[in-house]
Amino acid sequence: MIFWQILVDGFAISALYALGATGFTLIFGVSGVLNLSHGAIMVAAAVGAWAAAGELHVGPYAAALIGIAVGMLLAFATYFITVRPIQRSGRIAESEKEIFILTATLLWGIIVQETIAYLFTNNAKTVLPIVDGTVMFLGVRTPTNEFFTAAVCWLAIGALWLLVNKTQRGKAVLAASMNPRGVTLLGIELSGIYLTVWAVYGLLAGIAGILLGMFLGVSSYSVGPLTASAFSIVVLGGLGSVSGSLIAAYVVGYLETLTAYLISPAYRTIPALLLLVVVMYVRPQGLFGRR
Amino acid sequence: MRSNFLNVSAGVLVACGALSGTAALAADPIKIGVIAEAQAVAGSSIAPAAQLAAEEINTKGGIDGRKVEIVVYDNHSSSAESVRAFQRAVSEDKVNAVIASYVSEVVLALEPWAARLKTVMITPGAASDVITQNIAKDYDANKYTFHGYLTSSALSGLVCDAAKDLLVDPLKMKTAVIVSEDAAWTTPLDAGYEKCLPKAGLKVLDHVRFSPDTTDFTPIFNKIEALKPDVMITGISHVGTQPTVQWKSQQVPIPMFGISSQATNSTFWKDTNGATQGVLFNAVSGPGVAVTPKTLPFVAAYQKKYGNSPAYSGYTAYDEVYMIAEAVKRAGSTDSEKLVAAMEKTDYVGTIGRIEFLPKGDPHVHGLRTGPGYITGLMLQWQDGKQVNMWPKQLAGGDMKFPPFVKLPAH
Repeated sequence: MIFWQILVDGFAISALYALGATGFTLIFGVSGVLNLSHGAIMVAAAVGAWAAAGELHVGPYAAALIGIAVGMLLAFATYFITVRPIQRSGRIAESEKEIFILTATLLWGIIVQETIAYLFTNNAKTVLPIVDGTVMFLGVRTPTNEFFTAAVCWLAIGALWLLVNKTQRGKAVLAASMNPRGVTLLGIELSGIYLTVWAVYGLLAGIAGILLGMFLGVSSYSVGPLTASAFSIVVLGGLGSVSGSLIAAYVVGYLETLTAYLISPAYRTIPALLLLVVVMYVRPQGLFGRR
Repeated sequence: MRSNFLNVSAGVLVACGALSGTAALAADPIKIGVIAEAQAVAGSSIAPAAQLAAEEINTKGGIDGRKVEIVVYDNHSSSAESVRAFQRAVSEDKVNAVIASYVSEVVLALEPWAARLKTVMITPGAASDVITQNIAKDYDANKYTFHGYLTSSALSGLVCDAAKDLLVDPLKMKTAVIVSEDAAWTTPLDAGYEKCLPKAGLKVLDHVRFSPDTTDFTPIFNKIEALKPDVMITGISHVGTQPTVQWKSQQVPIPMFGISSQATNSTFWKDTNGATQGVLFNAVSGPGVAVTPKTLPFVAAYQKKYGNSPAYSGYTAYDEVYMIAEAVKRAGSTDSEKLVAAMEKTDYVGTIGRIEFLPKGDPHVHGLRTGPGYITGLMLQWQDGKQVNMWPKQLAGGDMKFPPFVKLPAH
């Protein structure tokens, strides 16, 4: 019984982690940007969907779409306000740009977080679920929403795989992640590729945020932990490796679920963080990293 | 010669004191400092409610001709800023008493300052038992602090009383699991629950404490469900929305009953998309519940003036201004020593019940007296978007209703 419970519960939460980390790792792989406003964008999307349902009285689907739009808008805002000016600046040394972008996105994330707290208070909020009720699955009473969450996550990840591997644009993105200079030599504008990547990122982060809001609920306090969890999953899987992030998301998701069930819910996150430390010692490039 | 000089100077001093005393009585306002959290849902009602009370007192002519003046300090939820505000209030703005904060950590930081600066301080919303324990430990130093809200251990007692009347007697419930967040205020609360639940007729099967930053409650609910208790007795404040929503989405068949601070907010229904249907929670006030004849007129006046409903600490802050004003009247002075003695004689029917402070010698000296005839608290339940009072019986506004997935013991 407890075995099936862990299997079922761990699957949905891991799928959510995977989706959240995918966008994060994609941005890093293509443009070398570690976006520390990740958690803020996810929370903003969820709060946007919550506010749309509460203030505009729209249905759950429309609310979710509005939330995704908020996520994409914020992703573009992050790119145009904080990342691009630093990337293009002539006054910041090339070698220091990474740390500048890191700091800028962190501060941007705090600005977004505080704005959410100011406008909507720091109370936790939940997004109106699209599917309601529970089903019995392998003897476990499971909210239908968990299946919905897992399905949407994997559909989004599958769509991303198709985009990257089967479309012209996607192949250019993939090429840029391997060798940006080579791509420019082929006559493809890097800035166009960046825009594509940030749009895809906003979409993924928005969907992940809304699913999280439906599944567990979010507040402005969730911003830091969400960024941290995406960051540690991506580092564990290997920075820039999408497949590595997916596997790492499942490792972390199941490790947390196992801990919560078998030891205590109070220690939920500790073993995954210990694993991260061990991996950093033994294999600093991460489980599947290239760099 | 020497004694003669002393006599003369003493006489001059007395004369000066008398002079300034009469001058003060005629003109000087009674100044009350309010140090509170302006941006937090729970703290934002404290200053407006105090202001309202002061205006009411002043329109009726003040206290012995003296107006009541409220001086407001926003502490941005920070203990350090609160301490600075307290120092400024006492030494620069010359306040006679201070109403401070709903956060236990803030009040605990101010308590030694109330002692050092010998200034009466009362909190409208903090719950930690340590506040009154400090007074009991060193009464002479800490006697300036008064606890104007319920302590955690008092809260546990009220929840147990309500559990007996609402769960054990009519629904024949026999077993419970305590579920609480791991925080300072829940330690005395849980100890209280462990002691009083069996007396109320509920056997405690287990005690689940979880980290306040928990987001996924599935394992916690599954663990509790496996124990098959009749009810979950809660102690939550930092979390609220998330366990409530997951309780509903996972259709956990056990009712939730106890302290859930976030559920007292009027926005909780919206925050949880209605998942809070059927949740029972303790409060000192509720919409439309006339705890005393003063409750509803206060709410109406507050809504008329500010356009929204007061949080729980608004009720107590409003009462505290009246209590301080009456104590000044009884003492005939704003001298701190006399004010403490007069505050200790408080017997005041406010918006949340009849208020008396526990006497010196009690382990919770300067805490509120609770129980029948004093403050009993309420047990509210969220029903179809509204908070409806269930307990005590004479103030009940309806019957308990649970969502269909909750299974009550067969009887």
